[in-house]
Amino acid sequence: MISGSHASATTGYVCVFAGLLVLTALTVSVAFVDLGGLNNTVALLIASGKAWLVVAFFMHVRHGSALVKSTITAGCAWLAILIGLTMSDFLTRSW
Amino acid sequence: MATTDVTVASHFADARQQHDSATFGMWLFLLTEVMLFGGLFTVYASYRWSYPDSFMAGSHHLDLWLGTVNTAVLIGSSLTMAMAQQAATRAARRGLVMFLSMTVLLGGLFLGIKSVEYAHKFQEHLVPGASFAWHADENGGPAQADTAVQQLELFFGLYFVMTGLHAFHMVLGLGVLLVLVAAALRGSRIATPVEMTALYWHFVDIVWIFLFPLLYLIGRHG
Repeated sequence: MISGSHASATTGYVCVFAGLLVLTALTVSVAFVDLGGLNNTVALLIASGKAWLVVAFFMHVRHGSALVKSTITAGCAWLAILIGLTMSDFLTRSW
Repeated sequence: MATTDVTVASHFADARQQHDSATFGMWLFLLTEVMLFGGLFTVYASYRWSYPDSFMAGSHHLDLWLGTVNTAVLIGSSLTMAMAQQAATRAARRGLVMFLSMTVLLGGLFLGIKSVEYAHKFQEHLVPGASFAWHADENGGPAQADTAVQQLELFFGLYFVMTGLHAFHMVLGLGVLLVLVAAALRGSRIATPVEMTALYWHFVDIVWIFLFPLLYLIGRHG
């Protein structure tokens, strides 16, 4: 009843799910370790890794069209402009 | 991709073009959502930069255990959503109904846990407004100076707006999922609607993936 590709796709989803749980446990654990100012960076890096897993595998963008990939890239770029330009003000107010 | 047994609308050349258009349109919608939540993340970033101590103290008052469990619940719902899409593509009706229903249950569980957290915040007077109160002695954190309390109120304001908007998206998603369950029970061909709903559901999952560390995990090492 279950074809080979069906079973392997299911295995892939379960592996991604397990990876997301491991990264969640990691980000909670590392939050209790004082990394001297790097805690926020590490937390955001782990969150970005989790987001990439979801986008690439659950949302099938890894095998998606160039149109979809460039759409997502454009979205990330605009978000970076929004946050980057705003923070360029806040981060430099004490200069 | 379920492009073999679908009805092609007259304005599309073929099923593949119709499917690609739906996918592209859904991603454009998700980009507007990125900018909606992005505005809130920007507000969060600027105020956390301005008042780091108050944000850490406020974060300590969120329930880390419930937040972590909810993260796992939502990731699980993304897994069942992906499985539902797989079942829909293969026209496996029983699997589709089962996995869609599991996604609804996990989404409902997330909102249930969230409402327990919200209720605690009301009891602890941590909801911004006239009854907001911060007792430095028991709660720790910065002194009870008026400005510090206002900064804490700001943190909890952002907590409620960001998680509230996220929860609102989940409520809408659950509504769509229930419609899909009904359609699946009738035996309708809904591979593309299931796929588009899955994109939305995973996006909402990603928003939470960023909300969780930014709200629950800051200053835990302090």
